[in-house]
Amino acid sequence: MAAGDRTVLQFNSPSSAILSAKVHPLVIFNICDCYVRRPDQAERVIGTLLGSVLPDGTVDIRNSYAVPHTESAEQVALDIEYHHNMLVSHQKVNPKEVIVGWYSTGLGVTGGSALIQDFYSREVPNPIHLTVDTGFRNGEGTVKAFVSVNLSLGDRQLAAQFQEIPLDLCMVEAERVGFDILKKTAVDKLPNDLEGMEVTMGRLLALIDDVYKYVDDVVEGRVPADNNIGRFIAETVASLPKLSPPAFDKLMNDSLQDQLLLLYLSSIARTQLGLAEKLNTAAQIL
Amino acid sequence: MASSMARSFLQVAATEEVASPLRVVQIEGLVILKIIKHCKEFSPALVTGQLLGLDVGSVLEVTNCFPFPIREEDEEIEADGANYQLEMMRCLREVNVDNNTVGWYQSTILGSYQTVELIETFMNYQENIRRCVCIIYDPSRSNQGVLALKALKLSDSFMELYRANNFTGEKLREKNLSWVDIFEEIPIQVSNSALISAFMTELESDTPVKQCDYDRLQLSTKPYMERNVEFLIECMDDLSMEQQKFQFYYRSLSRQQAQQQAWLQKRRTENMARKAAGEEPLPEEDPSNPIFKPIPEPSRLESFLVTNQIANYCNQINGVAGQNFNRLYLMKSLHDN
Repeated sequence: MAAGDRTVLQFNSPSSAILSAKVHPLVIFNICDCYVRRPDQAERVIGTLLGSVLPDGTVDIRNSYAVPHTESAEQVALDIEYHHNMLVSHQKVNPKEVIVGWYSTGLGVTGGSALIQDFYSREVPNPIHLTVDTGFRNGEGTVKAFVSVNLSLGDRQLAAQFQEIPLDLCMVEAERVGFDILKKTAVDKLPNDLEGMEVTMGRLLALIDDVYKYVDDVVEGRVPADNNIGRFIAETVASLPKLSPPAFDKLMNDSLQDQLLLLYLSSIARTQLGLAEKLNTAAQIL
Repeated sequence: MASSMARSFLQVAATEEVASPLRVVQIEGLVILKIIKHCKEFSPALVTGQLLGLDVGSVLEVTNCFPFPIREEDEEIEADGANYQLEMMRCLREVNVDNNTVGWYQSTILGSYQTVELIETFMNYQENIRRCVCIIYDPSRSNQGVLALKALKLSDSFMELYRANNFTGEKLREKNLSWVDIFEEIPIQVSNSALISAFMTELESDTPVKQCDYDRLQLSTKPYMERNVEFLIECMDDLSMEQQKFQFYYRSLSRQQAQQQAWLQKRRTENMARKAAGEEPLPEEDPSNPIFKPIPEPSRLESFLVTNQIANYCNQINGVAGQNFNRLYLMKSLHDN
């Protein structure tokens, strides 16, 4: 570059302002699974991310699949036909999921990533690049999302800069129910209704204990009082509906009776089934 | 020497490997998440998908799965469906996923999955695969806070009976088969690779506030219970219809037998008269007479399936009622304090 020539280095802001990304745990599971199953000579796994863009600009990453690739020192080659085949197959099931970006394992962004980012930006206007650090290099597993921004000098395109965007792990309720199971390496049996209740109530109890301790600490003066928290606690406690004891008792007893009635009904149904079955198969035709 | 060797080889070839019975189904967390996601997205429509994995000894490992697209019309989609399956299996093979079919999964509403179609699909799968399993996921029940995942298999004695397509009372008594024996439920174990569990433990928010899943503590389970009881009533109606069919059958059978006896009496007196007159006695049977036509016994398959469903609903009602008791007592103690 000539020294006297002063051109301004421009950062083109992305056309559609992508504020943040949300990722579902299924995607992380998929990526880890593909990483564990990768062919021996590959160091990392590359794949496509599927999802949708929400109206407020957040990208919702819902599904993913791996794409076979070959990598050497200078170049990276992706199996494009495989990528298209899988995309068509996935869209047969769920036509609303479109490509929103791509992922790769390993910390940070490497040189070859820019080429792949370029390829994906031909499919989608602003692809998201997700890196999942399976090597735990920082001592923890980090998942980062990047958006590429073009750096141009005057009219010439210089390079693409990867900017990190905030990433959020979101979970649907049904997934949260099974989350305990998903954390451990082996679970012997799925918890049934009552065991799940026990766990939830235990957690609620722990929460209440924490709040209690906090209030105690504030009263004793060990912890400085925070007015906002105090207000929240007061609101929560006040939100318990105020019912006079007889009214509450009546309400509770009515509900209890309803449940008992249903239990009785189902037991009667089962007895009826036992009887019917005996009559049906035991009848002899003379 | 040669003959003894040949015999030993023959012996080896003749002793079949006894297949150890299936004791447990080991599912990976990935598969569970995929099933949950697929079923929930399309609920209340019912969806199906294929399970892939390995069959090892007495454990059936399910390591991956893929969903089936929803069939709109049945015209050209037959070939499309088969193509889709082959394509998916081929693509998954390239990324080293086990592409060995071990069964299928389907979603259900409130546990009403015992239908004849399920049995037929099982028979279709059983012809090609030695051991297959069906996983049933109930998204409506999962909203109550339970992971409603079940692994089912048809019992062997039931399969033999179904192939013979013979569900008369005698056969069933022979095999000692009742409605509980149609489906066998297999316990599920969940396994995860160490990498995934490390990630999940890492990514889970540390504060217990976010950990607490409040949905389970909801007091309003009325809509769910109402639908359960509604389905129960419908099934009871079906069951009583089946009972009526049996009653009708027995009544007509006994009526037919009475007719047969009467006709036989008449024939006998006629023969006696003919013998007295010196003529040939007529045969004591007359297969062309319609009263000798055997009435087919109605199949008990439907009633068994309906009975299974009713039992399922009852179980579900019990479960939710138990949960409700817990919640009510919790409310009571909160209020007292």
